[in-house]
Amino acid sequence: MTRFNWFNTTTLTLGFAFLYLPIILLMIYSFNESRLVTVWAGFSTRWYQSVFFNESFMNAAWVTLRVGFLSASIATVFGTMAALVLNRAGPFTGKTLFTGMIYAPMVMPEVITGLSLLLLFVSLDFTRGFWTVTLAHITFSMCYAAVVVSARLATFEKDLEEAALDLGCTRFSAFMQVTLPIIFPAILAAWLLAFTLSLDDLVIASFASGPGATTLPMKIYSQVRIGVSPEINALSSILIAVVAIGVVTASLVTKQAQLKRMKEERLATNAS
Amino acid sequence: METSVLTQPVCKFAPWDNPAQKPLVRFENVTKKFGDFTAIENLTLNIYEREFFALLGPSGCGKTTMMRMLAGFEYPTTGNIALANTNLQKAPPHKRPVNMMFQSYALFPHMSVEQNIAFGLKQEKTSKAEIKQRVEEMLSLVQLEPFAKRKPHQLSGGQKQRVALARSLAKKPKLLLLDEPLGALDKKLREQTQFELMNIQEQLGLTFVIVTHDQEEAMTVASRIAVMDHGKIVQVATPAEIYEYPNSRYSADFIGDVNIIEGKIDVTTGETASLNWAEGETPLKVSTKQRPNHGTTCWLAVRPEKLRISKEKPENADNCIKGEVWDIGYTGNISTYHVKASNGSILKAQVSNREHLADRPITWEDTVYIHWEKGAGVFLEN
Repeated sequence: MTRFNWFNTTTLTLGFAFLYLPIILLMIYSFNESRLVTVWAGFSTRWYQSVFFNESFMNAAWVTLRVGFLSASIATVFGTMAALVLNRAGPFTGKTLFTGMIYAPMVMPEVITGLSLLLLFVSLDFTRGFWTVTLAHITFSMCYAAVVVSARLATFEKDLEEAALDLGCTRFSAFMQVTLPIIFPAILAAWLLAFTLSLDDLVIASFASGPGATTLPMKIYSQVRIGVSPEINALSSILIAVVAIGVVTASLVTKQAQLKRMKEERLATNAS
Repeated sequence: METSVLTQPVCKFAPWDNPAQKPLVRFENVTKKFGDFTAIENLTLNIYEREFFALLGPSGCGKTTMMRMLAGFEYPTTGNIALANTNLQKAPPHKRPVNMMFQSYALFPHMSVEQNIAFGLKQEKTSKAEIKQRVEEMLSLVQLEPFAKRKPHQLSGGQKQRVALARSLAKKPKLLLLDEPLGALDKKLREQTQFELMNIQEQLGLTFVIVTHDQEEAMTVASRIAVMDHGKIVQVATPAEIYEYPNSRYSADFIGDVNIIEGKIDVTTGETASLNWAEGETPLKVSTKQRPNHGTTCWLAVRPEKLRISKEKPENADNCIKGEVWDIGYTGNISTYHVKASNGSILKAQVSNREHLADRPITWEDTVYIHWEKGAGVFLEN
């Protein structure tokens, strides 16, 4: 029995094509000389240059990064706190309700989240702009952070915290010295997820934003409505490349660390 | 052999027999409830300085709860726990001069062996030089000097166990708690480590409290054992006393192998009671200072190795039961004969195999006589 018979090969090819053909097309056309998106007129990198000289794109990118960084950081802190309560507090009245309410924004339609935030900001008379987008992003990405950290805490050995208490730590210093360093990879993962969600978001940002705070997805969307320019292709290809490099590096590093650890564990058991 | 308790040297370590001695740990009418479940029920217990005290019992008997109350992870619902004459009240774990070695070892995975050992000292703001010296002492105590820089995942099970021990000893606690400390080791390593633990305890002159469900481990390491059942202490005594003079069927049965024969009192003459145990059989004699009434139901417990087995009816034996060899358990050094008596009950008699296999005359379905002296058995009222 071969692993690559005709059936497997076909399904694999079709699957990958389905997933990645649009993206590959987009990347190919970003190198197109022509201003027309659908007609190939030779290889060129001029659209990449023009992206970097396009001030409105650069402004939007800068806003997006700031919103992403700030909202991911705050959402991770809040998400971690929520996860700690869910895993550590033991049974308390209203725990099920609390759990449900933390996870609810994940299944809430974005349009509704966006609209309700807009209504809130209007009724509170907030000037819509950078801060309202950041607040909105904290609200919806916090639950994802809570889920990621909570999954890690569920397998965290409670003995470790108790050992720290037993050796003279207060609850807070036990958390800082033992729990936090151990769950740190999960917190980092939660931050990355929140950051990506914020970079990616169009719907909620459109509701919560105001003049002067256009994020990159909003910018791309509004440009496309006027007409697809090869600049958009170039910009999108840059985003894809950044994300791909990040993901591949992260998984290679994790894999390496895992292999090293397994090898060391094997050595330790054999040595005894 | 059964006189060992009585003939121990006079200078033996037995602070519990000295009424002037103040206990290090005192449980006073401690009750612990988890919701409706009572884990510990009105328990009073003294543990003395330099003791190696074992809490022994099946899972769910409350032994771990006792230990967690000493460590400060749980507080008694009612009653008091005092350590060195100070009432612990609701002192949190980090304010108690008590350290604990966890069953899972609970080594901090992100720290090296020496950082793990130094962790407790660092919390006390001990000077760097002192921490360094103390860590070195601990490493040499558990013979792990070459492994100081390793992370826990780079150690074998036995090495992890020793790091956990070193870490819990680093702060020189008044009391060290060991929660099933050898449970994760294989049998050979476990036996070896038991003696290491005893040596370390003696060398440092500390008080150890060990929680275990392994009666052999408790017998080997402990100065005294508390046998526990359902949140209560059944018996507290030295291993030899518990083995030779159990106070109930529960502790007789929990420690070692035992034959328990139920009967009703026939007569009590002097310090000997006779038990009617089966229709048409001679009553069994057992030494006791109790004066139970005629007809009271009670029990005779006798260890398998104290029974003798022969093919001929012995003369002048205090107790003799005729039976048929039902089964033979052979474990190399000893053979255990399971003998079926006239009333259908099975008695176990253990014989050490001094002769070669061919010279042992008793085999399956032989009619044999089991006999023992009245002093070899123990009279039990519950």
